[in-house]
Amino acid sequence: MAEKLIPTPAQTVGPFFHLGLARPEWSDLTRQNPAGQRIVIEGRVIDGDGAPVPDALIELWQANAAGRYAHPDDRQADKPVDPNFRGYGRAATDNAGAYRFVTIKPGPVPGRGNSLQAPHLNLAVFARGMLKQLFTRLYFAGEPQNADDPLLSSLDDASGRQTLIAAKGVEDTVPTYHFDIVLQGERETVFLDL
Amino acid sequence: MDMTGLEFARPRPGTQPPTLYPDYASTVKRAPRRAPVRFEHTLSEVTGPGFSDGWAGPDAADLTTQHKGAPLGERIIVAGRVLDEDGRPVPGTLVELWQCNSAGRYHHPVDQHDAPLDPNFTGVGQVVSGADGSWRFLTIKPGAYPWRNTPNAWRPAHIHFGIFGPGFVTRVVTQMYFPGDPLLAFDPIYQSTPDAAARERLIADYDPNLSEAEWALGYRWDIVLRGRAATPVEAG
Repeated sequence: MAEKLIPTPAQTVGPFFHLGLARPEWSDLTRQNPAGQRIVIEGRVIDGDGAPVPDALIELWQANAAGRYAHPDDRQADKPVDPNFRGYGRAATDNAGAYRFVTIKPGPVPGRGNSLQAPHLNLAVFARGMLKQLFTRLYFAGEPQNADDPLLSSLDDASGRQTLIAAKGVEDTVPTYHFDIVLQGERETVFLDL
Repeated sequence: MDMTGLEFARPRPGTQPPTLYPDYASTVKRAPRRAPVRFEHTLSEVTGPGFSDGWAGPDAADLTTQHKGAPLGERIIVAGRVLDEDGRPVPGTLVELWQCNSAGRYHHPVDQHDAPLDPNFTGVGQVVSGADGSWRFLTIKPGAYPWRNTPNAWRPAHIHFGIFGPGFVTRVVTQMYFPGDPLLAFDPIYQSTPDAAARERLIADYDPNLSEAEWALGYRWDIVLRGRAATPVEAG
């Protein structure tokens, strides 16, 4: 086997990433009117002092309402592709460390082997003071399939299972889920080694 | 589902920066204290957004003609390919970049460094890689600038790059540096990656064949993304 190349190391996005990466319109994944239940995701990014992180960027990748990703390697023929849904979003935090996405609730997607993964959003967090992105997932409170989800099942309360489950807010016209990302400390979010 | 052939390779030890690197002071309150939970790749990790059909808007590969006049500074061509670690080109992926001007000042309200803004330079570009993974930008060489990590600390000249690749886990946001920069030895962000060969991946090569006579200096920089994990050999 030929010797592999070393992948390029990550380097922090720094304090000025808005210049190159801010695309406020990308925080709304429903711009093309996709199928599915519209939802709002909002929360804050918080550091080890409990202070808001005003210079973070969150990227979101998710399946469509049927549980299929807009990607050639997702070959689930029994689920429709939604031509109006890309499944990718990006939102920067504001001065209060808050971020907000408008999207649709994804369907469940297959896990490894015969497992099924509960509906979830894949998140990557970038910030000044972070040399590389952190990966995590957002699951939805009250979702029956959470009980059988392989990742959630591998965690318990002591290991931070609850930090991955977004709380449902007061029912409005559009359901809102609240999801804080705590970088460090007692309520530290579970991050994933992917 | 069966993930054979779809999973991406894990980073080799020392080839990526750690989350906590106290020499870069801002990591201290932003690095998780708990180890990340290892999770084997599923469809969620191996898929990711595609950008080959113009969704990201028109290519903006020339940062020197975005205003009325020419920006000040050394005109440079920065070009390379997006490859995976097996050397295979990664086509159709979005490459985004941003940088400060030749005086070391970003066109950004947070940047209060006492250096002039250049009305003819914003410092933002994006292209989608071609069928052979290639990309190319025309810009000016960014300046060094001070930062408050430690007293009298200066960032080496660099250009920020964000690249997606085929999957959610291949995404990398990084910085490209210039060869021979004496500030690299003192820069904790550059030094944070333990493996010397991995660090050198961040430094572009001066390429006389890329330079254009009487016009611009050429720097070549290939971006290498995570490749697929080796397919397990079937037991006999």
